[in-house]
Formats: sequence, structure tokens, C-alpha cells
Amino acid sequence: MSIELPKYKLKDLLDKPIFFSGGHRLCAGCAAGTMARQVTMAFDKPTMIVNATGCLEVASTIYPFSAWEVPWLHVAFENVAAVASGIEAAIKAMGRKGTYKEGETDIIAFGGDGGTYDIGFQALSGALERGHDFLYILYDNGAYMNTGIQRSGGTPFGASTTTSPAGSVIPGKHQFRKPITDIVAAHRIPFVATASPAYPEDLIAKVRAGLDVRGPAFLHIEASCNRGQRFDPSKSIEYVRLATETCIHPLYAVINGKYQLSRPSQRIADDPSKKLPVEDYLKLEGRWRHFFKPTKRTDLIEIFQKDIDERWEELLKKTK
Amino acid sequence: MVKIAVTGDDAVAQAAKAVNPDVVAAYPITPQTIIVERFADFVADGEVDTEFVTVESEHSAMSACVGASSAGARVFTSSASAGIMLMYEIVFIAASSRTPIVMAIANRAISGPINIHGEETDQMLFRDSGWISLFAEDNQEAHDHTILAFKIGEHPDVLLPVAVGLDGFILSHAIEGIEPVSRQEALDFLGGERVAKLKLDTTKPLSIGLLHLPDYYMEARAQVRDAQERSRKVILEVFSEWEKRFGRKYNPVESYMMEDAEYAFLTMGSSAGNARTAIDELRTKGEKVGLIKIRVYRPFFGEHVVNLCKNLKGLITIERSHSFGGPGGILSQDIKSALYGTGVSPLMAEYTIGLGGRDTLIRDYHIMYNRAKEAFNTGKNLPIYWWGLRE
Amino acid sequence: MPALPTDVSDEEFKEWVKEKWGYKKLPMAGSTPPGSSKFFKTGDWAAQRPKLIIENCISCLKCYFFCPDNAIKMVVGIDGKHHPEFDYFYCKGCGVCANECPGRKGDTAIVMEDL
Repeated sequence: MSIELPKYKLKDLLDKPIFFSGGHRLCAGCAAGTMARQVTMAFDKPTMIVNATGCLEVASTIYPFSAWEVPWLHVAFENVAAVASGIEAAIKAMGRKGTYKEGETDIIAFGGDGGTYDIGFQALSGALERGHDFLYILYDNGAYMNTGIQRSGGTPFGASTTTSPAGSVIPGKHQFRKPITDIVAAHRIPFVATASPAYPEDLIAKVRAGLDVRGPAFLHIEASCNRGQRFDPSKSIEYVRLATETCIHPLYAVINGKYQLSRPSQRIADDPSKKLPVEDYLKLEGRWRHFFKPTKRTDLIEIFQKDIDERWEELLKKTK
Repeated sequence: MVKIAVTGDDAVAQAAKAVNPDVVAAYPITPQTIIVERFADFVADGEVDTEFVTVESEHSAMSACVGASSAGARVFTSSASAGIMLMYEIVFIAASSRTPIVMAIANRAISGPINIHGEETDQMLFRDSGWISLFAEDNQEAHDHTILAFKIGEHPDVLLPVAVGLDGFILSHAIEGIEPVSRQEALDFLGGERVAKLKLDTTKPLSIGLLHLPDYYMEARAQVRDAQERSRKVILEVFSEWEKRFGRKYNPVESYMMEDAEYAFLTMGSSAGNARTAIDELRTKGEKVGLIKIRVYRPFFGEHVVNLCKNLKGLITIERSHSFGGPGGILSQDIKSALYGTGVSPLMAEYTIGLGGRDTLIRDYHIMYNRAKEAFNTGKNLPIYWWGLRE
Repeated sequence: MPALPTDVSDEEFKEWVKEKWGYKKLPMAGSTPPGSSKFFKTGDWAAQRPKLIIENCISCLKCYFFCPDNAIKMVVGIDGKHHPEFDYFYCKGCGVCANECPGRKGDTAIVMEDL
């Protein structure tokens, strides 16, 4: 099946209805809120949303206030892909019997770090293997933010979290980020991509493409958390953009197994001088404060840079 | 009506086939595997229109069921023992989400140590969840319960999931003759396909599963509480309709030879069958003994039990389940609580039998009866005793 | 008694919140009408507010796409171009719009003012 990424311009998207209303209680500046609004701009048919426990779910639905204008279901933390599988199966069966009359329906499963990298990983892998027709969106803020900033499989190297604190002996998380997008791509599903709310046309296009795909699709969205990553709320989008410019979160798509870079990362591939050093990013966020104070830990910054460089080189090889 | 010879698992699978649910999401675990395998055959041969989701764990099974049921589908699944415990978190959510899922449980002992044989402790874990809980004495009941469970659960006054238990191996793998219910009969009985009112509907969006803070949690739980209470009436109505259509009469609490009984066995599941045989034999010896069988464990029909105990000198509870550190067996605690303050207080002897599938013979029932009666004659209760335990 | 949240009108919802309905009146399964958070004010979180300097606005539309809270609507001005209108009922004063605004030749079109 051929998959085309639509080409959107912001002004074309201006009139798209948004199915995520104000009055939600995400922190001021939360990039997940920005992401949620952008994601709903991609909707063009009946859509249902399932949401794993986490910041997005909790803050957007404190009873009796729900920010969601489409049918929305939350069940538990580690099972959003399984719940989505059940909904997809139900719609298929009832559609066949004629008891479901709304026709083609898009299904989105939202999961955070926990719900995707760790506790929810099994359900995700199972749903991908079974080939259900749904789009899984990982909103990655690098920790279990909702329960108080604990480390996850998606926490980057050296980041200080409450369960991987920067102490006098151990300087933050000593493991590297689980390569979740590659792991999902290894399931050989039709569409896998990374996106960022700093690049809305790209993000919304990828959501639309993911929903249109017949079969499982996965979107890894970097959503900064100004509270847990410890920086001023106004910098939310600026820093998440920097994550792409330093190739910490490169933007690409894997369409039917073929890797292709998206424009922001293609620009860097074409002109490596545009690739910013990770230090430019690390020095801005409080979770790496210990890399710079009281002494500058060049050794740790180098380890971080080396890991990012290796992953970037691997990605470039795959896109050739 | 032509009878077929089937195992308990097969009887359940036949019932599920008759109902033709929209979605079955299940994971295999001994001794329930045959239910899922048989159903997979029906799917592969196009004999059902069901979407069969071969989930990767029981937790995902119940999760997929909650998702599907929330979307308005009629959902069936099956599990046992460790599988139930893995899905336990979601079991409670299924009840609070008011999803009328039907789950057949081939009751099996819980680990550890690991044991695959028949014991009812696994389904007793559903006690506090809000699920309606039934136990079958034989394969016909297992078959029937599976079908009428949908009618009970989907009733607009109820909307709760229903657990339908059959003893692992003892029923699940034993062949008995049953009168199967046909697809036409099942759908007539259920009133056609499920029409859910509360569901994920893109024409009428809503949100389900919100965070409830202390100011609303109790109210949400009270709704589940009331739904269970309302189910009492519905259960009696559904049983009555079942009798009209199929001629098989069911009560939440069954009695056998209780009219003049001085002593009674009280049990659930397949043990009731053994008890009946022992009672027949004891009766030939002049013993005035009867049987009280709990068919519906939750909601608990305490008043029915109290009524049956009114003229008893002694009550002998026989439980195929166990719990530690409490005042007796799990079922016995419900019995004692039901009797408390009513003025009806027979002496009680409590037996725990068959743990891990250990065989209990008819002659054991005789010995248990005599032992109990001896104690009763001296005005004593017999504290809980694990039958057949080697010291 | 509404069994379904879809039977609850906006007026009834406001009543529900004000009176704190009990379990007999609340829709079942802890469900709510869609988008009911639109009645919840988060504007009182703000310690600062965005203000528009319209001459510097180049209608790039970025503020609209970056706002986490639906606190920005793009309205067409007398110049026929889109400019942001801030909804202070929701605006939490995060400052993302001001930080992202490119402005005209480096002069920002959005400034944050302390409340």
C-alpha cells in the first residue's frame, strides 16, 4: 500500500476544528497540550481516542471536566494498545453485522513514557503484531512526569529524575534511551514516524498519514515538560525544537520499512554544520544542571554526544 | 432435543457459539484452553461472526474486552487462576465501566505452588469486584449459565460483567450429555444483538474513565453497589424466563431434600453433585439430610440461605476454596454473616476439600457427615478442617 | 435522572457542578459530556498575560499552533489579515506565544505583561 505524507501549510490548517478544548489542567506551557491540539487538527472522519494513565489523561479529565470532544476512554496505565485493539475489533464486528453504522472510524491510542516504553510495552507489541488498524501516539517527555518525574526507559542519559537523581556518587540516569521507534519499526508495521509540536505542519501530516494507513501506525512525539525537565514554561516549544536541531530527536518516517528524513532533519543531513552540539540543549534544562555545576562534566557531555552521533549516523545509513 | 456429549469447556464454547458474540479476546490457560481452541475452530470455519482477538496476555484480554464492550459490542472471554489474577486490575474496572462482559472461568487452584487442577479460589477473588458470579454443578449448567449471563449482565438496570464458573478438569474436561441451545434460541432469548446505550459513539461523544478525586469517587462506587443490588430482581426474572423457554428451572440458591432435613450439606459447583449422591445413600440409612447449593455467589442471596436453614440442627459447609487467617472458609463467612441476627443459628461444621484438584470420594462425604453429626450431637461446632490433608 | 452524559445539557452540567450531584443523579460509569472542561476557568492561574502589538504581527499563525490551551483565536483584522485574539478565561500566562513570536523584523508582536 502506498503511503503519502500530505503537505500542509499552516494557513490551510487554520479552519480545522480542534477536538481538545481549553480548561484542561495541564501545566502552563505543557507541550503535550500543544501536541493534543495539533493532533486533533488532523481528524477528517469519526474518531475515537483511548488514553493511557499519565499527564495527558489525568490533567485533561478531572471529573467531571473532560477536554475531549470525541469519544474518549481511559482504562488503565499499561494497556492502552490492548484497549484500542478491543475497540477496533468491536467496530469491525459490529460493522459487519450492521449494528455499527458510522462507517470508517479512526482510532488513536495515546501513551506516555510509562504507557509505551515500560509498563505498556507488552500491550503495544502485541497490538502491533496482531496488525490492528489504529494509530499509537507516544508523547515522550522523558520520564513518568505525572507521578512526579520518575525515570523511564525513555529518559535520556544523565538526566536527573527522582528515581535516578544526580547524586554525589551517581550523576543521574546511567542508561541510555530505549530506541523505541526502531523497536516499533522492527515489528514491520506500515508506518512509523517521529514528530514534534515545534513543527506543526509535519506533525499534523504524519497524524493524518498514520490514521489513513490500513494497519498499525506509530508516532513518537517529543513533548517537553517544563516542570520535570526544569525550565521556564515559555521555552517549551523552543527547547523541543532544539532537541531536533541537536539530533537528539531527529524527525523521520519509516514508510513500508523505508526510512526517510523529514525536512528539519534532512536540512541537517544535507549540511552537517547545521547540527548543533548537544551541549547547547543540555545546558538549558535543569535536569542536566549537574553536568555544568559545580564543575563542568565534559566526560558525561561527551558520552551523551557520542551516543547521539552514533544513532544519527545509523539513521543516515538507513535513509540511503 | 438431541443431546450431545461434550466436555464442560466444549459446552461453554457451544454456548458462546450460539450467542455469536461480536468480540472474543482471550488468552489460553489450562484448564480453559479448550474453550478458546474450540471457539477458534468456529471462527476459522466461519461458523461465528466474531472478531477473535488473540491477545498476548490475560491483562490485555480483559483490557481488549473492556474496550470492545465500551464501544457497544457483545463480548465473551475466558480465563482461570493465574490468568484472572493477572487481569485482576482490569476486572474491577470492567465492573465500574459498566461493561457487561461474560467470562467463563474453568476454576483452577491459584499459585503457588503452581497447580493446574480444579479449585474455586480463583473465582472467589471476584467477590468484591462488582461482578455477578455463578457456579455450575454440571456441563448443562455451564452451558446454560454462559447464555443467560448475557441477559443478566446486559439488562439496563444491571450493566455488570458476569463470571460463569465450572470446576477445572472435574467439569471442564469431563464428558457429559447436554441439551445444547441453538443460535436461534439463544438470540431469541437475548432479544437479538446487543444495543448498548452507554458507549463510545462518534455521533454522541462522551468521556469514560476520568480521574475521580475524593469528592466524587464514593458516588461512582455507589453506582456499582446499587447495580449489584438491582441485579437480584433481574436474576430471578431471567431464571424464570429460562425455565419457560427451556424447561430447566434455576434458583440462586438450590435445595435438595431440604423439606424435612435436620442436617444439610452446603456447597457450590460440582461438589453438589457428589453431595446429592451421598445424601441419597444417607437417606436410605434413615438420615434426615439435604443439600443447599449456592448457584449465584454474588450477589449473595442470604435470605434464601437463612430460610433453608430455619429447621436445621447442623449445617455442613463444603468448600473447594481457601483463605488464610480468617474466621473460617470464604463461603462460610458469607453464610455466618447471613445468619447473624436472624435467630436462625444451626451448628456449623466447615470442611475445605479438593484443593489443587485433590479427589474427594462419595465415601468421604459420608465420613465428613458422621464426624460433623457427632460434634453436633454434643452441641459443638466443628472448626474448619482440610479434608484429606496428610500431616 | 440522566443515565447518559449525552442527555445532560450545558445548563444542567453547570447545575451538576454547582450542586455536586449525588450518585443517583450522576450519569453512570463516571462518564461526562464531551469537552465539559470548557466551563473550567484556568485563566486565574496566570501571573502574566500576553498583549498584542498588532503593527508587528506578520500573521505567521505560529502562536495559534503553539498555544497549549485554546487561549488564542485567529481573527481577521481590518487589514484583511489574521491576528491573535487572546482568551483570558483559559490563558495560563505560560508565555510560549510571546517566546515563539518572530515579530516584524525582530520586533515581537506579543509581550507578556505582569498582572
